[in-house]
Amino acid sequence: MASLDKTSDVELARRLMAGDFSAFDDFAIGLHARLFQYSLLVCGQREDAEEVAQETLLKVFENINQLREPENVRAWVFRIARNVCLMKRRKSVFAPAQELSLDELAPAGFQSDGERKLEIADWSKRPEAELLRSELRQVLERAIQDLPEIYKTVLLLRDIEGLSTEETARVLDVSEDVVKTRLHRARLAVRKTLDAYMRTHSN
Amino acid sequence: MNAPNAHNTAECREIFERLSEYLDGELSPEARRKLEEHICGCAPCLEFIESLQKTVDLCRELGAGSPAPPLPDEFKKNLLEICRQALKKDK
Repeated sequence: MASLDKTSDVELARRLMAGDFSAFDDFAIGLHARLFQYSLLVCGQREDAEEVAQETLLKVFENINQLREPENVRAWVFRIARNVCLMKRRKSVFAPAQELSLDELAPAGFQSDGERKLEIADWSKRPEAELLRSELRQVLERAIQDLPEIYKTVLLLRDIEGLSTEETARVLDVSEDVVKTRLHRARLAVRKTLDAYMRTHSN
Repeated sequence: MNAPNAHNTAECREIFERLSEYLDGELSPEARRKLEEHICGCAPCLEFIESLQKTVDLCRELGAGSPAPPLPDEFKKNLLEICRQALKKDK
């Protein structure tokens, strides 16, 4: 499993900051795995993802003495990762924020002026592991990569990295309500892509 | 026991906007109770929630299973040295 849980991260950060360097390997390897995964879904290319992960690790350890509260280590690390990604893709900073509209993400049965019939392909009962062994994995990765930046970052931090709403808000410098709104739209957009795929590919 | 609702009521629409908060346990107890009462009588809303939950579960599973390349030894050694220096600055 690539990621460490929050308790491990915090505990390892505490030990390291207290001068216990035996915590370094686990801490660095765990962070690298998570940062690589995050960057891969942001950039889409393994080479770019590795570059972002390593550059973030350099900044993390150069500034580790500035981590005042080890319990916030995950938000702190991903804030650095996000800045590295933005520097790499500078144009995205200035790109107009693309909004996802709830109406576009809703199936017909939920639209304010839509038809009453709601159609949902029956894929939600199948086990995740089975679904991810199929081509659906690429479909899911692409659906996440194709999200507009402001939604993608929230989904990655919340659903892939497991940060809390509060931690995500801290990474992105936005309110918790903004995190909730963006996360919901991001999930709806990904669900819509998966649903469309499963409709055409389910037996 | 609720009578089955006609789907696409104002309530369905209201619920649609807050489904992620429901899945994340972030609704107030009152809002949660109201939503659960609604989905007991509205099969399309329930099915939609299940598909959204599956989407979240798939993302989490994806997050748990993506292998990263190994951290190169030389780079790791440099990082350790950088870490030692940074922590020394604070003493």
